[in-house]
Amino acid sequence: MRFTKASRVLAALIALASSGAIRAQSPTYKVGRPPTEAELRAWDNVVGTDGKELPPGSGSAVEGAKVYATKCVFCHGATLTEGPAPRLVGGIDSLSTRAPLLTVGSFWPYATTVWDYINRSMPQGAEGSITPDQVYAVTAFVLYKNGIVKETDVLDAKSLLKVQMPNRDGFYPAKPEATAKNGNWKPTQNQAKPAAH
Amino acid sequence: MDPKRSDRRRFLKRSAALAGLAVGSAPFARAQALATDAAEPRPPKDLSYGVRSRFEISVRTVTLGGPRDVTPGLPPGEMGQRLTPLQDSTGIITPAPLHFMTGRGARLPDIDPREHRLMIHGMVDRPLVFTMDELRRLPSVSRIHFIECAGNSGMSHYKAMVKALQVTNSPALTKSTFVIQQVHGRVSTSEWTGVPLSTLLKEAGVQKNASWLVAEGSDANRHAKSIPLEKGMDDVLVAYSQNGEAVRPEQGYPLRLVVPGWEGVSNVKYLRSIKVVDKPYFLKVETANYTNLTPDGKASWYEFQVGPKSLITFPSDAHQLPGRGLYEISGLAWSGRGKIARVEVSTNGGRTWTDAQLQQPVLSKAFTRFRLGWDWDGEETLIQSRCTNEFGDIQPTMRELGELWGNRTQPPVKGTDVQDFWQIAPIYEFFSNPIQPWRVTREGSVQDALYKS
Repeated sequence: MRFTKASRVLAALIALASSGAIRAQSPTYKVGRPPTEAELRAWDNVVGTDGKELPPGSGSAVEGAKVYATKCVFCHGATLTEGPAPRLVGGIDSLSTRAPLLTVGSFWPYATTVWDYINRSMPQGAEGSITPDQVYAVTAFVLYKNGIVKETDVLDAKSLLKVQMPNRDGFYPAKPEATAKNGNWKPTQNQAKPAAH
Repeated sequence: MDPKRSDRRRFLKRSAALAGLAVGSAPFARAQALATDAAEPRPPKDLSYGVRSRFEISVRTVTLGGPRDVTPGLPPGEMGQRLTPLQDSTGIITPAPLHFMTGRGARLPDIDPREHRLMIHGMVDRPLVFTMDELRRLPSVSRIHFIECAGNSGMSHYKAMVKALQVTNSPALTKSTFVIQQVHGRVSTSEWTGVPLSTLLKEAGVQKNASWLVAEGSDANRHAKSIPLEKGMDDVLVAYSQNGEAVRPEQGYPLRLVVPGWEGVSNVKYLRSIKVVDKPYFLKVETANYTNLTPDGKASWYEFQVGPKSLITFPSDAHQLPGRGLYEISGLAWSGRGKIARVEVSTNGGRTWTDAQLQQPVLSKAFTRFRLGWDWDGEETLIQSRCTNEFGDIQPTMRELGELWGNRTQPPVKGTDVQDFWQIAPIYEFFSNPIQPWRVTREGSVQDALYKS
């Protein structure tokens, strides 16, 4: 019981300390230092849907096919379907069937996600070994194989944002950013109604 | 299970134990090993870090059904998943070496803490970089929290397990493979020590329009996840310590996020960067997966909280009851929303339920150990537990879970039954928290009575 009481007091103190937390802005501890330019370049490149972090560079599916053949084919297969790594093409219009096939083409809602994941996490075992030009190119290749862009379409920091993915509207809530901003990030609904017992 | 098969299973458990393989049945090994004690002097052990008894053989297992199980010729991976042997658990703390892990990328990161940095940047007044020593100078807190993979207890893990056992066709593997570990073992509880993320964010000065965070790790895979700022200001920890020592490499050494009560994928390991932003980044692990396809073909996303869940850990399908008489049913309950308020146990197939005793202290977003004495009459029966959290949320049955899922679509799919539900969502199902019944046979073997049916 003492423990419970103590944790309540602690919880109250924490609640007090963090109320209006977003507004209280003066540094308290003065520990740490500003990042260097090199650190920002190296560690600030997760790419969101605004593409603000996208580097210069460009590429089309024509060049992407060559990148794929040297960097990706071993795990994803010659036709992008063999595996053992996940299939990259197919499944468009399959999501509401009894055999849904979730791929980049059928399921991924944003092309920036494809670019970002290839850039930071692929190929497994040699992550970070692909140049920005190659990432644009191999992204274009995967999208081309899904019929989303043309073989000669050049992707760069601007055109990547204009790519319309087939499943862009396949998720709900439609705008998770809005619900979260109001503090209403949705808890899971996987709880039963109270039952009589 | 017939008596012959269960005898064989016990024998195989024993053989596996002697071979230093998997399964947690130390008592079987004990009698045999005594005979060899005197005859074989053992080399002295280095006790500076400590060892467990050689008779204790509880270990993590790997997820079955991954590419390496079904594709010959792939090199053995040191990453992938390692699953907690919940069947051997006592109390609420998972030993750090048995804490489940999900490894991304090809190699376990080997990070020198002297070189490690955490950068807070983006929509802040003062971007900051901290060394590990600097983080340790800031006020620290210790909290006990579970971490659970969003995919834990999913039907796909059961199907993959069955398929892998068929493909490998190994009796030893079959007899050391249990639903309680292979299907449910992606959850563990530790005491985590570190700095509240809110402290670091305040130190950097979050700007007015900010609403989200993007956390990124420094592992080869550079795992990254969007997290609402409000959660980050609430109870998220930047942890460097686990159960009283440095966080283990499998758990994110030297630094990780702990995001209490939320899906495991949010708990970014090897944490190097927190970027303050004004919208989620729609990264792979929040779009391509960790989203839930529903029967109308649309998927729900940006749901994070783990539902109320409980599981009888003894007896479970890893155990064999020697005969009728008194046993202590023991299990774990947890909820991503507050504390566990109640755990009920049924020993007669759900006809009646009895309140189990909850081990104090009951902590928010942590394992709660429950226990109930049980005098088994030796007849076949089903035993199961269900929990309620302090907000009155009750753990559902598989049927109720299927209905909840079906009814989330527009228009609602009425009367979605369990089989139909799992047919429709055969690959991606997250946040599974169904009641798990175990069938106890007259021979004392204990079997899964949920996934198999």
